[in-house]
Amino acid sequence: MILPLPDLPSFDYIRPKSYQQVSELLHQQSEDVRPFMGGTDLFVQMRDQIIAPKILVDVKLLPGMISIEYDHEVGLHLGAAVNLNAIAKHPEVIEYYPLLVEAANSVASYQLRNRATIGGNLCNASPAADMAPSLLILEAKLIAVGLNGERVIPVNEFFRAPGENALERGELLKRIEIKPPPEGWFGKYLKLGRNAEGDLAIAGVAVLGFPDQTAESGYRFRIALSSVAPTPIQALKAEEILNQGPISEESIEAAAITSRDACQPIDDVRASGNYRKAMVEVLIRRGLEEVWSAIQVGG
Amino acid sequence: MAKHIISLTVNGVREYVEVPSNMTLLTLLRERLGLTGTKDGCSAGECGACTVLMNFEPVNACLTLAVEAEDAVILTVEGLPQDGRLDPVQQAIIDHGATQCGFCTPGVILSARALLDRNPSPSEWEIKDALRGNLCRCTGYTRIIRAIQDAAVGGADD
Repeated sequence: MILPLPDLPSFDYIRPKSYQQVSELLHQQSEDVRPFMGGTDLFVQMRDQIIAPKILVDVKLLPGMISIEYDHEVGLHLGAAVNLNAIAKHPEVIEYYPLLVEAANSVASYQLRNRATIGGNLCNASPAADMAPSLLILEAKLIAVGLNGERVIPVNEFFRAPGENALERGELLKRIEIKPPPEGWFGKYLKLGRNAEGDLAIAGVAVLGFPDQTAESGYRFRIALSSVAPTPIQALKAEEILNQGPISEESIEAAAITSRDACQPIDDVRASGNYRKAMVEVLIRRGLEEVWSAIQVGG
Repeated sequence: MAKHIISLTVNGVREYVEVPSNMTLLTLLRERLGLTGTKDGCSAGECGACTVLMNFEPVNACLTLAVEAEDAVILTVEGLPQDGRLDPVQQAIIDHGATQCGFCTPGVILSARALLDRNPSPSEWEIKDALRGNLCRCTGYTRIIRAIQDAAVGGADD
């Protein structure tokens, strides 16, 4: 075991002048250059000698990286370097996307959330990323910028493997775009940790539902999971059970079991794989029951 | 390794320092400016012993670069007393005997100060939530929470 060091390994800190400059640096020296925002994971990995970048580029200083914009037509645009407390405190996020507030507040501690960013949470591509399930069910689009300009990556194509994301050489995550919330929707993020909150998740589940006449049941549900597979995942088969309906205790139970079966969890210091699967079933059932009671028309 | 000349305000005093890229705010405060009230516990953002206020918000100084503090306003535990009087949170910690070894105490005090600045009368749950990032291995937290409740009431009376 490597003991914590009082200081960080050597590197050069750079304040970039433009996105173009960042892309050029990332393209030319991708092994040695890392974008840097909150540092809450990056510095821990550097102290543990997992990575040893020679240059850190402080990309949160670039225009738009810490902006939060909401518009009824367009939805929510979050700069990649927006910190988690800024999300949780933003009046329009609180009003229109309370699910994101729940997810943000479930991460670590208040002081860490002043530094930890939404883009960092996604780009680290941890199976346990707390923001990922909510963004999956909100069908977020991730805007990457590279040498050839901007590119849209749907969030469900972003996570490739533990620690691996879909960014290509020279690309930087710039912005997260989320559509306006569907009419009558309700969402819930349930996170099970070893303590009440703040720890990495043993299992995290995000559930969303809203009335939708194009679904056979009259309602559309979306379900996503973290900490139970190599990447955050969607439980599409379980969603389909509910979309076909009818919504009942039995179909909710079937969706919970189907969600459990979608998991491929590992055993680790936090929990066994079997425990994770059992808990996913419980969390999904709780989440679905809560969402269902909130969205029923005339219910 | 690159060096950077920065200016920042620490406990009301303007400082001009040259720092290497890899120097943390924690090292700048402790080793360069001699402000050893801020502690180095885990160097990983878990324990909160290094909590300081950066532009009025708590951060883990072990995970913040010194160079990022350019033009920032930093408050450490040494800067809390005003005109020779302890901050109400500091006084309440003493009055309640809410410290044993004392290593976590500066971080706890700054997290509590920031909490009371944004929420002058927090509930017990809100206090616990705000202190989630400050580990104390001695007290069991009960006296710390009572002290902060007392400081909140005391602050309202001022």
